[in-house]
Amino acid sequence: MPEQLLFGAEVFLNGLMAGVLYALVALGFVLIYKASGIFNYAQGVMALFAALTLVGIMDGQIPFAHLINAILGTEIHHFGFHVNSFFAIILTMIVMVGLAWCVQRFVFRHLVGQEPIILFMATIGLAYFMEGLGDIMWGSDIKKLDVGLPQGGSFWIEENTQWLGFGNDRFYGFFLDQLDIVATGIAIVLVAALVLFSQYTKQGRAMRAVADDHQAALSVGISLNFIWVMVWSVAGFVALVAGIMWGAKSGVQFSLSLIALKALPVLMLGGFTSIPGAIVGGLIIGVGEKMFEFIIGPLVGGATENWFAYVLALVFLVFRPQGLFGEKIIERV
Amino acid sequence: MKTKLITAAVAAMVAASPAVAELTFTSLSYRTGPYAANGIPFADGYADYFTLLNERDGGIGGETVRLLECETGYNTEKGVECYESTKGEGTLVYQPLSTGITYQLIPKVTADGIAMHTMGYGRTSAKNGSVFSNVFNYPANYWDGASVAINHLLDINGGDLKGKKVALVYHNSAYGKEPIRTLEELSKKHGYDLSLLAVDHPGQEQKSQWLQIRRERPDYVIMWGWGVMNQVAIQEAVNIRFPMENFIGVWWSGSENDVKPAGPKADGYKSVTFHNVGSDFPIFDDIQKHVVDTGKAAGAGDQIGTVLYNRGLYAAYLAHMAAEKSQEIAGKSDISQADMIKGMEALEITQALMDKHGLAGFGPDFAVSCENHGGPGLGAVQQWDANAGEWSLISGFEPSDGELIGALIKEDSEAYAAENNITPRCN
Repeated sequence: MPEQLLFGAEVFLNGLMAGVLYALVALGFVLIYKASGIFNYAQGVMALFAALTLVGIMDGQIPFAHLINAILGTEIHHFGFHVNSFFAIILTMIVMVGLAWCVQRFVFRHLVGQEPIILFMATIGLAYFMEGLGDIMWGSDIKKLDVGLPQGGSFWIEENTQWLGFGNDRFYGFFLDQLDIVATGIAIVLVAALVLFSQYTKQGRAMRAVADDHQAALSVGISLNFIWVMVWSVAGFVALVAGIMWGAKSGVQFSLSLIALKALPVLMLGGFTSIPGAIVGGLIIGVGEKMFEFIIGPLVGGATENWFAYVLALVFLVFRPQGLFGEKIIERV
Repeated sequence: MKTKLITAAVAAMVAASPAVAELTFTSLSYRTGPYAANGIPFADGYADYFTLLNERDGGIGGETVRLLECETGYNTEKGVECYESTKGEGTLVYQPLSTGITYQLIPKVTADGIAMHTMGYGRTSAKNGSVFSNVFNYPANYWDGASVAINHLLDINGGDLKGKKVALVYHNSAYGKEPIRTLEELSKKHGYDLSLLAVDHPGQEQKSQWLQIRRERPDYVIMWGWGVMNQVAIQEAVNIRFPMENFIGVWWSGSENDVKPAGPKADGYKSVTFHNVGSDFPIFDDIQKHVVDTGKAAGAGDQIGTVLYNRGLYAAYLAHMAAEKSQEIAGKSDISQADMIKGMEALEITQALMDKHGLAGFGPDFAVSCENHGGPGLGAVQQWDANAGEWSLISGFEPSDGELIGALIKEDSEAYAAENNITPRCN
């Protein structure tokens, strides 16, 4: 097999894996938009906040320690114990559910019936609030996140694909990051669980009913408040998963909130209302940008990935504004 | 009547007492936003040093130091706003801590007659003081950094880089592109093959670049990154099992923040630097005693001795030395902004001077002049020991390729002078 073809195949596979990570972020946007029509600008910050909380709990860090020390003149930073990553994830989820309740109770409950742009603006405010809250609670230093996920290229895959080069000493076998492989597995389980939840549970059906028509859902006795808290909680869980995967790569830091930028073209392409759309959109963007960088990048100086992702999304918008799997927007007059 | 008398007496006392002068320094810091993890230790080091001077020495030459800090969030527009809102405060020297802000402030500080110190960042050709009268970038600039990295590779290859492959992984911004011209010129001189790999901002996703490195197997990788790009690059290098001792970053890619997330496998990673590492210097005892223990530290006191804290402290030290030199030249302690520029142009840092201030060996010896606002461009190489969790210098402060860089600086600064109708001075 010619080496360029092998390298291209390697880039393709890695693009698929990167696409899964983009899709993980996009999923959170889709869930909230689908259930409430809110484009949640704060989704990236939710991933950051969830990851910060997880590391803080695992390290036994005292929340608001700097603030407490500044006010009381104390010198406290840690509880002196570490929490197992499994329990820390559960505790973080409880925090995210609490956050979802607060968001619903103190923000969106007062904005029911407002224009979508007002709701969007509220999420911008929420993003800045949460960024500051995360900073005050857990500090702004870069934290190492270790929940026991494997990292680095898989030796097994490298060794067992080396024969594809037929002795070509420039081909060392396919490189696949173990973290990306794990992320793919988790994304598959997550999407399957979300689909099963929305199709086969009472709450899931209620969520879909709310997504279809708020007024009709209310008229049959579905609690909008409960559904929205539930949806924000599920989006919080998805944000936690995304935060763990991305945070394991770069450490948990405030740039983590910028992963939302990677989700936008995925949403534009896959549609704002479709869970499968987020996955397929993620895969197309991931593979597309990596292959474009591999083939065209060297000719134009590289760093084409963000450009390509947004241009591809723009092309889709022109020809299919609702995205690949989104619901067609029909307004009758 | 009694009240009036007391008021008059107080007014008379105030009028009769000598004016209490202050020396004002302004730090355009960023303690919030995506780069806060790097901005905080620098700002803490800068502030703690001036607090030490006030607490231990009563200021500089008997004048209390007033430090103004303005939050930029590493945002250029906010940085300019900070400058505009503080320039009337009599600031002796600005420390903008951002290349983007520096570029915006160059014409402003020049018009306002205020000094700006951009240590290891900013516009490299500002080293030419005959064109950039108010901007100083001693003790080293970006191009020095690139040259020091290549000099280190020459050292470990017996002085010969012919046929070696060097890749530059850089932030796709004006900052990241700074070393390209220098590295290209140096590749012509030393015969290595240079490949360029741009990383999109913010640098959270670098799979393509590191797959390319894995395919092309360069002998060495030089990194010009900032923020999250550094942590991801080091992790990706670990993932493809690139030898860490062959991976060398610029000084903005060489702090504890950059290596710790990758854990033990970041062991051996190198970066260039223009100051020493750790807290094994007498001045840190003074900071502990007069600043931290008295509760006057800018931060929690947990950043002391880290790379970026030391850099902030070093920047403040150089500002202190320049202010003392200005007082000496002006013959008075209450110096003006114009006096400060004269002091910076006459600045001479020696080991004896640093020893006197508890900083022996902390930085290189250098001298500044009207023509040369950047010093000789000395840099060292530091290496990360993951087990000990600390950096250590593995070389002394060595000169960059002055001849080559001098020519590039001359070319760039003359072009700037022509564009802006600046008549070179210092004749």
